[in-house]
Amino acid sequence: MSRTITRREFIKKSLAGAGLAIAVSVTPSGYRLLSASELKKGAAPFSPSIWLQVRPDNIVNVVVNKSEMGQGVFTSLPMILADELDADWKQIRFESAPAADKYKDPARGMQFTGGSSSVRDMYDPLRKAGASARQMLLTAAAKTWQVPINECETINGTVTHKRSSRTLTYGQLSAKAAGLKVPQDPPLKDKGMFKYIGKPLDRLDIHAKVNGAAVFGIDVQVPGMLYASIARPYAYGSKPTSFDKDAAMKVKGVTNVVSLHTGIAVCAKTPDAAWKGRDLLKVSWGKGSDPGMNDETLEKRFMGDLGKNGLSARNDGDVKAALGKAARKAGATYVLPYLSHATMEPMNCTAHVGPDKCEIWIPTQNQSGVLRLAEKETGLKPDQIHVHTTYLGGGFGRRFETDVLEEALKISKAVKKPVKLIWKREEDMQNDLYRPANCSSIEGGLDENGQLVAWSHKIVCPSIFARVFPERVRGGIDPAAVEGLENMEYEIPNLHVEYVRIDTPVPVGFWRSVGSSHNGFTVESFVDEMAHAAGKNPLEFRLGLLKNHPRPRHLLEVVAEKAGWSKPLSGAEGRGIAQVLSFGTYVAQVAEVSVNRKDGMIRVHRVVCAVDCGDVVNPAIITAQMQGAIIMGLSAALREGITLADGGVRSSNFDTYQILRMSGAPEIEVHIVKSGEALGGIGEPGLPPVAPAVANAVFNATGIRLRRLPMKPETVLEAMKKT
Amino acid sequence: MIHLDINGKRHAVDVNPDVPLLWVIREHLKLTGTKFGCGIGMCGSCTVHIDGKAQRSCQVPVGDARGKKITTIEGIPEDHPVKKAWVRKQVPQCGYCQSGQIMQAIALLSEEREPDEEKILNAMEGNLCRCGTYPSIKRAIRLAAREGRKS
Repeated sequence: MSRTITRREFIKKSLAGAGLAIAVSVTPSGYRLLSASELKKGAAPFSPSIWLQVRPDNIVNVVVNKSEMGQGVFTSLPMILADELDADWKQIRFESAPAADKYKDPARGMQFTGGSSSVRDMYDPLRKAGASARQMLLTAAAKTWQVPINECETINGTVTHKRSSRTLTYGQLSAKAAGLKVPQDPPLKDKGMFKYIGKPLDRLDIHAKVNGAAVFGIDVQVPGMLYASIARPYAYGSKPTSFDKDAAMKVKGVTNVVSLHTGIAVCAKTPDAAWKGRDLLKVSWGKGSDPGMNDETLEKRFMGDLGKNGLSARNDGDVKAALGKAARKAGATYVLPYLSHATMEPMNCTAHVGPDKCEIWIPTQNQSGVLRLAEKETGLKPDQIHVHTTYLGGGFGRRFETDVLEEALKISKAVKKPVKLIWKREEDMQNDLYRPANCSSIEGGLDENGQLVAWSHKIVCPSIFARVFPERVRGGIDPAAVEGLENMEYEIPNLHVEYVRIDTPVPVGFWRSVGSSHNGFTVESFVDEMAHAAGKNPLEFRLGLLKNHPRPRHLLEVVAEKAGWSKPLSGAEGRGIAQVLSFGTYVAQVAEVSVNRKDGMIRVHRVVCAVDCGDVVNPAIITAQMQGAIIMGLSAALREGITLADGGVRSSNFDTYQILRMSGAPEIEVHIVKSGEALGGIGEPGLPPVAPAVANAVFNATGIRLRRLPMKPETVLEAMKKT
Repeated sequence: MIHLDINGKRHAVDVNPDVPLLWVIREHLKLTGTKFGCGIGMCGSCTVHIDGKAQRSCQVPVGDARGKKITTIEGIPEDHPVKKAWVRKQVPQCGYCQSGQIMQAIALLSEEREPDEEKILNAMEGNLCRCGTYPSIKRAIRLAAREGRKS
């Protein structure tokens, strides 16, 4: 972890160090660039978000307002700025931004990391910030040498005046440049002039992540801190009826027992004492809110709700009439489970609440949420709250939540000491906010030419937004539940999407690729079903539905060609294709599988992936994200699903919630298609196509259509029996 | 007092002998490169070497580690071929599981100079990675094996 600095410290440092500092400020109409001196005056009513400093020692420091959780923002965001600055890449350093309204993502008005937005949203502001600084450094050099600015040029962290063979480094110019006005509309490079953007540069955080030095939330050490562990109920809605506080307090090292909204916390000088004390509490828990709830009762409810009328999320043409007239019809029901995020780093937070200051160390995707909650819990003002974003040991949406922070703040407030709260794996898995379980019933109709003319889709799905962003639930429709349905690009003249909201005790949250993680599966599986109903090749069928959509058309052609779609398979038995648009990026994949008829095991041999995210910042990071998303998507497709019993979550650790291991990882090939279109996201879009590509490949291999995830061996065997 | 030999250094810790070695390493001795993932030996994030063998430190009571040579990620030199291969292949994403992956890979290569696919899978199957870096890990292990052969 690079140490974070506050705005005040930053200004002090930059002025004292006489370096050049540029801030980007969020304004209602966009953003504006500020110098450090402008900030100091406090004249600007704006909120800085991303900063760069050119220090006298030539180090260029980029303050990154997005959290590093594996997706590479500590490299890709500095690349964007460094390119426009003409900086020497070797002199680039990065820091994690503190939490403050000033560091909001200008496009979304929040300081957060999610929605595959980091590069998309920060691309323009960071280019401008780099270009402005470059312009100021040029001006400073021209003034120093008393030469026209257009005779000066920037090369690799220096300004040169060729005619007089003079050169000054950015560091040497930084003091003079700091006094200049910040140009608001600096000239930007033509794409062809990029030096770093588009190159597979090595990650700046790689060494720290190879030698164990990277500081994750769980690694934070604060002098005098206590460790906290919480005894929690198993069943949803269950409250403690009694517990043995004295037994816990007798453990050597235990200092406090604190009752919380979520359970009973034990604090101690060592983590082992905290756990021992926790176990000795011997809490008796009351009945849960739905003690009989289990997998079967829940599925019955979901399936039962398919009979309800839903809200219309999209309605093109007249689907009822079209289905009535269709030459051929097919229908299917798909069922998907709740999924755990299972980040490798369990939830944790270290907090120190004092009378006039609060410090928080947290691996978070949601600095704005952290700040807001800390204000509420402590009664302090934002400038009294210091948030240190550490490295995140995986995020995937889980770390957008602030539940662990709320607990840490309450405990620290009660014991008046810094507290490190660590959830055990079991707590993490049983107290997640899961990817919603859901089911869809779909009916499709073909005309006499085998063209898909009608698609009626009803989804029963819990609402994430009702809890997280209720203001974004419009007309009762949860945007996540219908993501990938209401914006489906297939050219189907009669298309109806219906949403039925279901509320269960199981909390739901954002999980990598959100609604697309399940709707990508149902749509791409059912398109495949309709292709077969029409007697057409699944690739040709899709191309025929995308006549006016050149990007996904082209991508499908690329992936088919790279995968050898029309060539015979070697090794594998079946091949499946799928393409999904999510977070502004198109991804198409072909999976090759074989199926063991005896034990029902699906083996995925190879996945070929083509991605079009518009422009490319770092192709190595894109490839890594595609690879990682394919493996996570495959893990969900083949293994994952939370099991519920007796009103709570039964899955508790990696023995009862299996995620893909190395032997399950296929050979993966990634092809980047540079369309030059608007930037799309990269962290999530690689995930949705893999489950349907595999299911379609299983159908291709065996004639068995799997409409339920995960495609566990027993599910496969059962489906084989039925056919 | 329990005396431990970690990365060639002697440490004395005042702790119950039944406390898992992992927590002593991490929170008592502040060597936080070794990670907690599951606590039941199912994820490999806490892998260290005990007398040269890869072990899940969450499953080893600290009392059992007395008198043994313990190596953590911090004890692996920067120029170790496995670390170098991890950098060359740009393996880590979030990075959380990577200390365990590296320790497991080093133990594998110390026993098998040129592990084939099956041996790699056998050795690495217990190390989970939620970011899905498995293909890169395999490439890095093969590279480290090649480099090791050269030297």
